[in-house]
Amino acid sequence: MSILKVFLIIFFLFNLNTVKADNQEKINQITKNLRCLVCQGQSVYDSDSEFANSLKTLVKQRLDEGLSENQIYDYLKIKYGEWILYDPELNKNTLILWLLPILIFLTGGAIIFKKFFLNIRK
Amino acid sequence: MKKKLLPFLVILIFGIIFIIFYKGLEDTNIYTPNLNVKKNIPIFNSKDFYSDISLKSEDFFEPDKIYLLNIWSSWCVPCRQEHPLLMMLAQNDKINIIGLNYKDNKKNAVNFLQELGNPYKKIFIDLDGTKAIEWGAYGVPESFLIYNNKIIKKYIGPLNQNLINEMKQLIK
Amino acid sequence: MLYSTIGHYSLILGLGVSLLIVFSSVKNFQNSKTVGINILSFTFLQFFFVVVSFFSLIISFVLSDFSNETVFNNSHTTKPFFYKVAGTWGNHEGSLLLWLLVLTLFIFIFILKTKNQPTKYKLLTLIFQQIIIIGFFLFLIETSNPFNYLFPSPDEGLGLNPILQDPALAIHPPILYLGYVGSSIIFSSALAATSLNLVSRKWASHIKKWILISWFFLTLGILLGSIWAYYELGWGGFWFWDPVENVSLMPWLALTTLLHCILVLERKSILSSWVIILSIATFTLSMCGTFLVRSGILNSVHTFANDPERGLFILIFLFILIFLSLFVFFFFHKNEQKVSHRFFWLSKETSILINNWFMMYFLSVVLIGTVYPIFLDVITSKKISVGPPFYNKLLVPFLIPFLLMMAVGPRLKWIKSQLEGKIYLITLLIISILLAYLILKNFNQNILINTVLVSSAFYLFFISSRDFFSDKLKNISQNIAHFGFSLFILSILFNNIFSSEIITNLKVGETFENSETKIVFESLNQKQEANYKSIIANFNIQNSNGDIDKFSPELRIYNQPIIVTSEADIQTSLMKDKFIVINLVQNQKFFNVRYQEKPFMLWIWLSVMLIAIGGLSGLLKRRL
Repeated sequence: MSILKVFLIIFFLFNLNTVKADNQEKINQITKNLRCLVCQGQSVYDSDSEFANSLKTLVKQRLDEGLSENQIYDYLKIKYGEWILYDPELNKNTLILWLLPILIFLTGGAIIFKKFFLNIRK
Repeated sequence: MKKKLLPFLVILIFGIIFIIFYKGLEDTNIYTPNLNVKKNIPIFNSKDFYSDISLKSEDFFEPDKIYLLNIWSSWCVPCRQEHPLLMMLAQNDKINIIGLNYKDNKKNAVNFLQELGNPYKKIFIDLDGTKAIEWGAYGVPESFLIYNNKIIKKYIGPLNQNLINEMKQLIK
Repeated sequence: MLYSTIGHYSLILGLGVSLLIVFSSVKNFQNSKTVGINILSFTFLQFFFVVVSFFSLIISFVLSDFSNETVFNNSHTTKPFFYKVAGTWGNHEGSLLLWLLVLTLFIFIFILKTKNQPTKYKLLTLIFQQIIIIGFFLFLIETSNPFNYLFPSPDEGLGLNPILQDPALAIHPPILYLGYVGSSIIFSSALAATSLNLVSRKWASHIKKWILISWFFLTLGILLGSIWAYYELGWGGFWFWDPVENVSLMPWLALTTLLHCILVLERKSILSSWVIILSIATFTLSMCGTFLVRSGILNSVHTFANDPERGLFILIFLFILIFLSLFVFFFFHKNEQKVSHRFFWLSKETSILINNWFMMYFLSVVLIGTVYPIFLDVITSKKISVGPPFYNKLLVPFLIPFLLMMAVGPRLKWIKSQLEGKIYLITLLIISILLAYLILKNFNQNILINTVLVSSAFYLFFISSRDFFSDKLKNISQNIAHFGFSLFILSILFNNIFSSEIITNLKVGETFENSETKIVFESLNQKQEANYKSIIANFNIQNSNGDIDKFSPELRIYNQPIIVTSEADIQTSLMKDKFIVINLVQNQKFFNVRYQEKPFMLWIWLSVMLIAIGGLSGLLKRRL
């Protein structure tokens, strides 16, 4: 009976490890998306400055409290501005940013298509 | 007609790009965060430096009083430079200086204060740096001028005489 | 001091010779049958003066002549000899001298070696290039003089940034500039050819060598920058979509597209307008990049001194060049579709058109991502960051059709083609998909997109390998380059998917262990070097096979200026890199330890070298 208990405890601890591992994955994912504000061009994940380390701790705390990735981003945007996020979110400010390349792609396609159309008709 | 339109359009577009780049040069590139937006001070819990009692910020900051929250550490070199200015400012009755001890070792911090003096009416502890982030700080040293539970001004980096003079003007 | 004076006056003389060159070229323009020995001599003389100036600066650095402001700012008596020399071009002013060196060298070789082209064309190219050269002389002398005099002259210099003392960083600028600045020749000659209505198959054959040379060095230059970042900067990454990196990538994208188009123009008289536009665009992007990086308008990792006054000069210079090119293009270029060329769906021309289409899309993504924050800031005062997630989301999906087209395209013939060897094509596709799935099925993240990506890369890999063995020597340069690219994508994908990392805090004597790795923090040594104190951490790391490797990452505390750097210990082997770095944690007795296993890193570098070799072989083949 006690062997079963031991087994269950070990099993539980192993799962805890995977839960922690997932959390670490999540922390990595989030911190890769955050700009280290006191460095020149590094993410919080990559940086080892005091600021970056504090942020990593903060992200972990918030995740443990149950906040979602987006909630953490919103919280940090209030504190530091949109500049802290590397992934520009799609809003009215960044509409052109995201759409212009796609537009260019479609225009390029249209030009090539036209070239064919015109030539085939001849 | 169409043939004339295209060059004109292209030149126009490049002209606009030129103007935008020109204007862009006038800004500095380093992101200067908006230092003047009146934001509410964050609500946070922390331990008192000397007594280790947990404090809630809402209990602590009274409206109608002016506070200067100063983030400092014993290992921070510019903090040493600004400290004498803080000592002088502490003598001013209108302003209450509060300290946030950032990622520090208690013994080193106590020694720092013994060596350079203690201008702080109260000191909070931030062991992992997360409280500073609550304030939207970037590091040490950094100071926040507070009135009516709002951040009036944020000072990034060590204080100097000019900033102190400016602060004194604002307090009036 | 003597050398600074020589250097300074050499620059002024060089500028004077530019004016001489322009004057004589214009004078001889109408009647000469040949360029004339006097103009050739002037071109050489101009190059000579720049060389003298450049060497004067090198000597000033080597002698630690701190009466020279540039040397004072960027050097130090205790710097090793090699880095004193390399420090010459590792700063803003010196790197501009390097610009002039390449500009004048290339035009001299161009005038000397170009045969079988009309004299007017050569003279006009010379004139256009002189416009660029004069611009740079003025920029240098007025705003960025490497020979400013300091009095009284200091005893010691300021420049001992340890990050800049690295062999890869030393040769990265010269190699990069040969490509980056070398595209100026393509720019000038394209403008000259347009003005004289000479854009034709013959011109294409002639300019192709220059495109290949520029492209070869640009590819290597970018590679060296990434290698430096990986080995020296200490975070294990090699590309971050940082503005300075993007700024070197954009001309590369334009140049690669140009390379493909010139192949078409060489055989058929089509796409001439587009070739001109791309030629102009490549150098324009180089200049634009210089502007973005040196003016202070963008925030990035590079440590060039930022100065808005210089920024203004480059901005105006850049736009003068742009408006000049636009004028030449619209005024002189006559779009003659003499031969109504019929496009068939299945043909080499089509595949190159599609390549262009995708490359221009990639270019627009990088350009917009880099420049958009500036526009937004100016127009709305909002500041945003555009980082890796943006580029990954927009580029990666398009890689899939791109890779597939790269596999199929080269097999098509000109004008009209049948898709030969359909059985091979389909079989290899199935093999690619199966192989990708087998390799990836145990890794759960993003399995669909990764499988599709890996399959496409494998497809290109297999097709180009098979073509290599069946086509003998017909198209070897394109073959090697495409094969290299498939290897590049595969290496990056596998590196991304199979990398592992352990981040932990350890004190001396502690151990970290998980199912695959055991890290033992053995001991700590301290060493005092000439200008830094070094803390060396010794680790034994055991992998799942039981093999133990020793690692010794370092922390270096420099004393002037006070900088702490972290030197990673990287052990490179054919199949994977093992990477460990330590960092101090403020006020704690433990260190933060990061250990990464990164498969296929070496293959990333080797595959880019292979791509460059592919291009080089294209150059050499013509000589045979």
